[in-house]
Amino acid sequence: MADNNVFDINNISFYYGKNKALDNLSLAIEPGNFYGIIGPNGCGKTTLLDITVREKTPSSGTIQYLGCDIKKYSRKGLAKEISLVPQDFYINFSFTVKEIVLMGRHPFIPRFSSPSSFDLDIVNEVMEELKIIKFKDKYITELSGGEKQRVIFARALAQNTPVLILDEGTSNMDIQYTLNILDIVGSSVKTKKRTVVAALHNLNLAAVFCDKLVFMKSGRIVHHGSVDNVLKEENIKDIFEIDNHIYFDHYSNSKQVVFKRKRLA
Amino acid sequence: MLKKSEFGTSMKVAPQIILLIFILLIVILFSTGMGYIEISPLEVIKIIIAKISGNNAFLHGINEIFPYVVYDVRLPRILTAAIVGGGLSIAGVVYQGILLNPLADPYTLGISAGAAFGAAIALLLNITLLGIYSVALFAFTGSVATLFAVIFLSSSDGRLSSNNLILSGIIIAAILSAGISFMKYVADEQVSIIIFWLMGSFGSKTWPDVSLTFLFVSIGFIICIFFARDLNIISLGDRSASSLGIDTTRVRLTLLITASLITAICVSVSGIIGFVGLIIPHLMRFFVGPDTRKLLPVSALTGAILLLCADTITRAVLTAEIPIGVLTALIGGPFFCYIFKRKRRRTGG
Repeated sequence: MADNNVFDINNISFYYGKNKALDNLSLAIEPGNFYGIIGPNGCGKTTLLDITVREKTPSSGTIQYLGCDIKKYSRKGLAKEISLVPQDFYINFSFTVKEIVLMGRHPFIPRFSSPSSFDLDIVNEVMEELKIIKFKDKYITELSGGEKQRVIFARALAQNTPVLILDEGTSNMDIQYTLNILDIVGSSVKTKKRTVVAALHNLNLAAVFCDKLVFMKSGRIVHHGSVDNVLKEENIKDIFEIDNHIYFDHYSNSKQVVFKRKRLA
Repeated sequence: MLKKSEFGTSMKVAPQIILLIFILLIVILFSTGMGYIEISPLEVIKIIIAKISGNNAFLHGINEIFPYVVYDVRLPRILTAAIVGGGLSIAGVVYQGILLNPLADPYTLGISAGAAFGAAIALLLNITLLGIYSVALFAFTGSVATLFAVIFLSSSDGRLSSNNLILSGIIIAAILSAGISFMKYVADEQVSIIIFWLMGSFGSKTWPDVSLTFLFVSIGFIICIFFARDLNIISLGDRSASSLGIDTTRVRLTLLITASLITAICVSVSGIIGFVGLIIPHLMRFFVGPDTRKLLPVSALTGAILLLCADTITRAVLTAEIPIGVLTALIGGPFFCYIFKRKRRRTGG
């Protein structure tokens, strides 16, 4: 176990009642990498991510952040280190887009203080980058699903943490904004040495943007490593039980997975 | 519509708060003068100054029963009505925030049913061991017991989810309502007293009522304001809020207990006054936006003004006094339908 790992996850299990969601799972997350977590519905991706943000505590096993047990961090302290883009983004109250994004600065603004100009600059910058600045004064309740999700994403980016956890963070966006966001996140991995752990459904996008892939099935990690080493036909078949073909695509400069119809008639 | 303030800092709301405080004072002044015996605002001011300063020279030329009417009869009632209006509105803002549901109100979790149950027991069994405060004390005990029952029923693995809270509240309120119905059934001649209590009234309030409610509501307000920003962030959902460093369970529990104690004291002194805690936060969210830091003070003051006005209408304007709870529901209900419809049209939801 190297000291410079972002996360050291050791033999964790997690139960929902009697159902085992994570089964004795171990994983080291190295800094400055874009991790893609891949696996079928219900394989434990979200539970694993929840454990990394301490939203859930494992039933057994330990998780360390920067070599120190995650339980030893204060909630506020952890919020300055790790941000989360959750899967669900339903907001019932009509905050403006700008107010929501500003909430990302919460851990940095002392109680009863107003946001500093630094906070406001980050918020504006992120809204600019995610192209939501044009509806910054609109109410969140008036936006479409994809727009809302971009606002929630901006909220997490405004937190400006060294670690970013994405739980299907682009599921409701069209391809333009999905690429826009993965590009922003991916380049911050390279330039700011940010660490990103993302649960993704789209294998081909994962292949383009991720450095490493983690394949999960029934609460366990079955394969993990660099995209080249792990993205293989037999691994996809093993996890999703589907026939597929993998080839190297020169346009995207990455491996790509393609499928075909099973029933032609 | 009011302008949306740049980044929602609390400073921008100060003029609105000052204006509302000013309106509240004017309403208190005029309503004190209104009633069976008309007293001019100037005389009311003189009487209040004389009471505070202890200098009876200010009472020169004023009918000698006026100071008694103002100080011992009307002011306690008026101040209690204002404080209860403020308290129910604060509780409404907090409940809507914690339960992530703009349709929640201080009674959603069955606090009112608990109070009603307690009060009905005291009235039915004619318990008077604590004099005139027996009913209020039973009502308070009933609502606090209900609160803890709801929390107990809804918590699982040390968490409180808003859906569980709402469901537990509904279940417990249903059981208590059945109990109240049973008590009404066996009550014979006391049934009218129970029904009258349930409909709410500020009649014959005393200075101890004023100080007790003020104590609870003001301390509660301070606690709620302290957690106001956390409450904003909780509206992003639990996972987002906890990733932003908020201990959602602790904040929720603290605010839940605070808002419930405010509600409990309000219900205990005044009976069940509906719609204030639902409509005021709704209406104010319309004007100042959903930021709890602004919403709390603005709702508290507006709630105080409106409930005081409503009580003054039943006390001094209408020829026969109708129960305040009935009046607020009669005015508030249709009004709520109107804003509900209008709001949906606006957001297309």
